[in-house]
Amino acid sequence: MDAQKVLDLAKLARIEMGAEEAKRLSHEFDAILDYVSEVKKVSSNLPLQRGRMEGVYNVMRQDGEPHASGIYTEKMLLQAPAREGNYLKVKKIL
Amino acid sequence: MKDDLNAFLEIFEDAKSYGEGPLSGKTIAIKDNMLFEGHKATAGSKILEGFVAPYDATVVKKLKEAGAIIVGRTNMDEFAMGSSTESSAYGVTKNPHDPERTPGGSSGGSAAAVAAGLVWGSLGSDTGGSIRQPAALCGIVGLKPTYGRVSRHGLIALGSSLDQIGPFAKTVSDAELIYNVIKGQDPMDSTTISEDTYSARKKFGKTIGVPRDFVEKEGISEEVKKNFEEAIAKFESLGYGIMDISLPSLAYALSAYYIILPAEASSNLARFDGVKYGIHKDGENSIDDYFKTRGEGFGEEVRRRIILGTYVLSSGYYDEYYGEAQKAKEAITAELRQAFRSVDLVLTPTTPSPAFKFGEKSSPLEMYLEDIFTVPANIAGCPAISLPSGFSGKLPLGIELTADLGREDNLFKAGKDFLNEN
Repeated sequence: MDAQKVLDLAKLARIEMGAEEAKRLSHEFDAILDYVSEVKKVSSNLPLQRGRMEGVYNVMRQDGEPHASGIYTEKMLLQAPAREGNYLKVKKIL
Repeated sequence: MKDDLNAFLEIFEDAKSYGEGPLSGKTIAIKDNMLFEGHKATAGSKILEGFVAPYDATVVKKLKEAGAIIVGRTNMDEFAMGSSTESSAYGVTKNPHDPERTPGGSSGGSAAAVAAGLVWGSLGSDTGGSIRQPAALCGIVGLKPTYGRVSRHGLIALGSSLDQIGPFAKTVSDAELIYNVIKGQDPMDSTTISEDTYSARKKFGKTIGVPRDFVEKEGISEEVKKNFEEAIAKFESLGYGIMDISLPSLAYALSAYYIILPAEASSNLARFDGVKYGIHKDGENSIDDYFKTRGEGFGEEVRRRIILGTYVLSSGYYDEYYGEAQKAKEAITAELRQAFRSVDLVLTPTTPSPAFKFGEKSSPLEMYLEDIFTVPANIAGCPAISLPSGFSGKLPLGIELTADLGREDNLFKAGKDFLNEN
């Protein structure tokens, strides 16, 4: 993986990154990806045993019994870096 | 309390008992990624500096109701990414057995606090070995329960299909006591299981399987191998039947883990944007705020894994990495469960070597290899416990027992036998 690709990925992940770090990471990723690529041998080397994870299924419920509106608002907003009234505040988008 | 090890990030001045129960009067420390209302929680990261928990994690609620005194929050690798506590944004934690060495990680602070006798017990979280590995390196007991046994509500997420909270203690009986308090189905975590999700009908026959092909590979230190053979001999002397078993899929567990984990982490950590909570760094516009906040707020290992996760999930690579890792997960789970038809437990060392020095692991991959024996239990969801098994010089060593899904009871039985607690 080259440094430019690392910078592209950092952009996707919304992380500011310098050229030097991208270069270092690109070398590390080569080693890591080389190692984890072993996993591709599983399909060919092992008989794939399906039917795992008994007891694993989606847990659904009906919407209902909501808590009273606004009772947690203040508690949550106390942690916000910026607020305006009961809203989180961000910079103008349009 | 004097904390020379930097085991604690904060000792709570308002620590008190909230109720009466099985943990009355017991002092407990919690890892810095668990929410305790009105108290700070940072997950060892700068990005959450100053964050105050607005509610209690289910485990904290249960500890309070059981009478425990929660005395502080412990140091950890940033967002639990690491095996040494070196990636914490708030300094390293020292190993109580040798201050020049790491206590392991990511729950290094929780392990060191118990090992040094600062608290009676503690909670850690284990995504790929983060309870068992530091327990082994600090010479105490550490348990990762079955996936879904303990609620993750109020735990700052790392890898949601792998994360599980569990106890550290000096004895198996104490770990079991904490486990019994924190376990249970929780409407706030839809992945929690009930008492009858997995069958517990198979009787405990004192049989242990040893996957020698997996244990005897290169990179495992001689002292660990010797200690492991001694542990096998001890189980035999206690009347256990030892069987050699073959688990070829375990060789792929670490590879699968370092695909699945960064993928889930990159998604989970998208929520830290400088808008809702935590720090905020100002940029030129709204999206620039994200770049600056995340660029300055996340440390090196976190950035590395987020970017790795972004890569393996990206179009064109998804099938090649994430898809294959999921197949490996199926194969590993099926193979382990098959093994548990003929044995009650699987025995391996917990770590490939005793505690290492600060800075000793020079590359990320070297650090990742530290998880080689612990990762399979997370991949398969199985419960596993690390037990202290002796020393190499002054450094503790540990062995790891893994049981079938839902069979923590077998871990406790064999653990108490091994540590002469009966």
